[in-house]
Amino acid sequence: MYKLDSKIPDGPLAEKWTRYKATCKLVSPANKKKLDIIVVGAGAAGAAAAASMAELGYNVKVFVYQDSSRRAHSIASQGGINATKNYKNDGDSDYRLFYDMIKGGDFRAREANVYRLAEISNNVIDQFVAQGVPFAREYSGYLSNRSFGGVQVSRTFYAQGQTGQQCTLAAYQALMRQIKAGKAEMYPRRFVLDLIVIDGKARGIIARNLVTGEIERHAAHAVVLATGGFGTVYYLSTLAINSNGSAAMAAYRKGAFMANPSMAQIHPTSIPVLNDYQAKLTLMSESLRNDGRVWVPKNKGDKRKPNDIPEEERDYYLERRYPAFGNLVPRDVASRAAKERCDAGYGVGSTGLSVYLDFRDAIKAQGKQAIAAKYGNLFDLYTKITGMDPYTEPMRIYPASHYTMGGLWVDYHLMTTIPGLYAIGEANFSDHGANRLGASSLLQCAGDGYFILPVTIGDYLSSEIKTPKIPVDDPAFDKAEKEAADKLKKLLSVNGSQTVTSFHKRLGHIMWQYSGMVRNEEGLNKALKEVKELRDEFWNDVKVPGKIDEYNHELEKAFRVADFFDLAELIITDALQRKESCGAHFREEYQTEEGEPMRNDEEYMYVAAWEYTGDHSPPKLHKEPLSFENVKVTKRSYK
Amino acid sequence: MKITLDIWRQKSPNDKGKFVRYELEGVSREMTFLEMLDYLNDKLIKEGKDPVAFDSDCREGICGTCGLFINGRPNGPVKGITTCQLNMSVFKDGDTITVEPFRAKAFPVIKDLIIDRSSFDQLIQSGGFISVNTGAAPEANSIPIKKEIAERAFDAGICIGCGSCVAACKNASAMLFVSAKISQLALLPQGQVEAKERVRTMVREMDRLGFGNCTNTGACEAECPKEISLWNIAKMNREYYKATLG
Repeated sequence: MYKLDSKIPDGPLAEKWTRYKATCKLVSPANKKKLDIIVVGAGAAGAAAAASMAELGYNVKVFVYQDSSRRAHSIASQGGINATKNYKNDGDSDYRLFYDMIKGGDFRAREANVYRLAEISNNVIDQFVAQGVPFAREYSGYLSNRSFGGVQVSRTFYAQGQTGQQCTLAAYQALMRQIKAGKAEMYPRRFVLDLIVIDGKARGIIARNLVTGEIERHAAHAVVLATGGFGTVYYLSTLAINSNGSAAMAAYRKGAFMANPSMAQIHPTSIPVLNDYQAKLTLMSESLRNDGRVWVPKNKGDKRKPNDIPEEERDYYLERRYPAFGNLVPRDVASRAAKERCDAGYGVGSTGLSVYLDFRDAIKAQGKQAIAAKYGNLFDLYTKITGMDPYTEPMRIYPASHYTMGGLWVDYHLMTTIPGLYAIGEANFSDHGANRLGASSLLQCAGDGYFILPVTIGDYLSSEIKTPKIPVDDPAFDKAEKEAADKLKKLLSVNGSQTVTSFHKRLGHIMWQYSGMVRNEEGLNKALKEVKELRDEFWNDVKVPGKIDEYNHELEKAFRVADFFDLAELIITDALQRKESCGAHFREEYQTEEGEPMRNDEEYMYVAAWEYTGDHSPPKLHKEPLSFENVKVTKRSYK
Repeated sequence: MKITLDIWRQKSPNDKGKFVRYELEGVSREMTFLEMLDYLNDKLIKEGKDPVAFDSDCREGICGTCGLFINGRPNGPVKGITTCQLNMSVFKDGDTITVEPFRAKAFPVIKDLIIDRSSFDQLIQSGGFISVNTGAAPEANSIPIKKEIAERAFDAGICIGCGSCVAACKNASAMLFVSAKISQLALLPQGQVEAKERVRTMVREMDRLGFGNCTNTGACEAECPKEISLWNIAKMNREYYKATLG
């Protein structure tokens, strides 16, 4: 049986990364020139990694489905990026960020990885500033910070509500510089259909050119997946509509284990669903909860306008339930609390599926100008979408699928269970446990991309320096290319009566209903059955127009949705086996009388890593036990 | 609502292309413009016809993928938004809407409404960066930057690279796009070291790629979904003179 080895270095927590760097194997500059690396996806993580590895001298090939890597969805990250600079002198430290993330993740993340991220957080900020990210500053000219959910210090660096855009563009520009230098090559509008494994090692990819439909072979000494999250399995989400889980599923089918796939974050502050045709949901940054107060009317079905409801008839339910953190409780807690109020009949808006986020008191205390300076562009965005003005009436918000803490299992080196295949950023699972804290996603992407992977990949590639260029006529390529083409042809040949999108919507509905913010065994079993039935229906009745050898967006979508079915099944299977509530995974059977989640550390303090065993056999569960030697495992409370 | 659509259909880069008319019933005022196109495509697919090819991704106005030329204007009749942020509520029952790709020599059409904007990537490759390798950065607070300078750099840095400025310009000039990057980096002390070289190479590349010149009509600023200021073009010109005359 395969034994998971997380390869955590020995030594005290704070010295592990230093020791690793001092002892890992290196590749000489002359040898780096001979080694090829494929990077799939180039958002904050992928672009940072590709640029940094090209700077080191490797030959890097980058594949993105967008027309340019500047469009990757990291660009939409709003609120900020955490670091332990302690510029505020409010008692921050590496340990405290580490602790906040471990606790925020409900003691389901790996200690050593999280500490390393806290440790390099300051380098990330330094790097971005040097690259020209115009972070917010004080009048003194020094960098400004704000606070974020789930913590009691101000450690978040930000550029209004467009921090992700600024950081992603900085990484993108670094990558463009390497392309100009001839060290990196960009393959835009490519969709990865399969991963190539030769003699047990990742050696390349099969990609489809989305413009011509041509199926291409690309080989390398190592492959890096920086493909982001798969929250679009819920159909409606805050992700870009083309975000998908296909590359991750291709890796899974080739032997990479998928870890904690059910750990999916539902973000509490999205603009609610407005109509039936809606294709996506827009996030309102968590930073708004710094100054906005969340409430619903105390009376069920109160139809008065929010400003007409007097103070004593408002239920500021987060402040009521969680006095210590109030409106700044972590995302999973805030989402469930919103759902609880709406399910109980206190929700607002025509559908009753939203709550208020009110800036009245903050504007009164700080002035409209101060609020506009902090959130102006978010308020504008809200007005553009809803036609309502948050300066004069409260925003309406509701939870939406947002982020996947789960992902491909990786060891301390960020390598998956396939040698030579790495997963970085949201595509891996390691740092956020069962719930991600705000402003730690950009940090993880940049940390993995700039500072971790460029070091750890050398340790692996040092044993590949004698491996010549990988030939693309290897039988492994023939086989994978044929299988990918067959799958595409099969999708085209069904010629049924229902569109791809209609299937995706129905799948999303099942997932949201039974495997979303709240889950139970009965619902999950029902969902498992319904997903299987829907998949059968899909393969018998989907209508995909057009041909294989041309631009064909529907075919591209169909390929992804086919993967979403398999992914959904894996998510549900994972949610079923975890008979506890932790972080974003809330099983109704396991809660306190007050409705708070009940963890089961005795039995479930592990990472669930799933091994593919075939299309028609259930995945096999492997457990990576988690041990907490540097924090006291406590009940996660924000009261 | 019933909407009549005149949509540019072009099979491939070399195809001549033409407008095709679609009568679309059942359009909801609550749809976004792109959801209306999704709805049209849904209908076309069910009728066994070729759906209209168009690009979009984030659908929240930040990735810059989706720009379309709607009724003779980039992103349609509303100021300060991307195409995905345009709502059907601005149209009336019975309206006819013309939909075209952004047109510029440097943005060749790939299919229907999809264009190739890789020239924007090439512009950034020609100098739109600060040459600092990973690991070489000094402590972030070691160089204080005036708040208003950082804010001005941010205002230039929010460009989404959609190409609306090029589409709006009668000369298909990329001045606003290029100047936004030049000005963002030239404002910051970190970017000033390479400012002269940057403006020279980026301007040269802009000409090489076939973008036109600026005649100061301000159409780019008027149509920019992020409302990036013409001030940046003035700043770029100053930087250019400093680099070439100084």
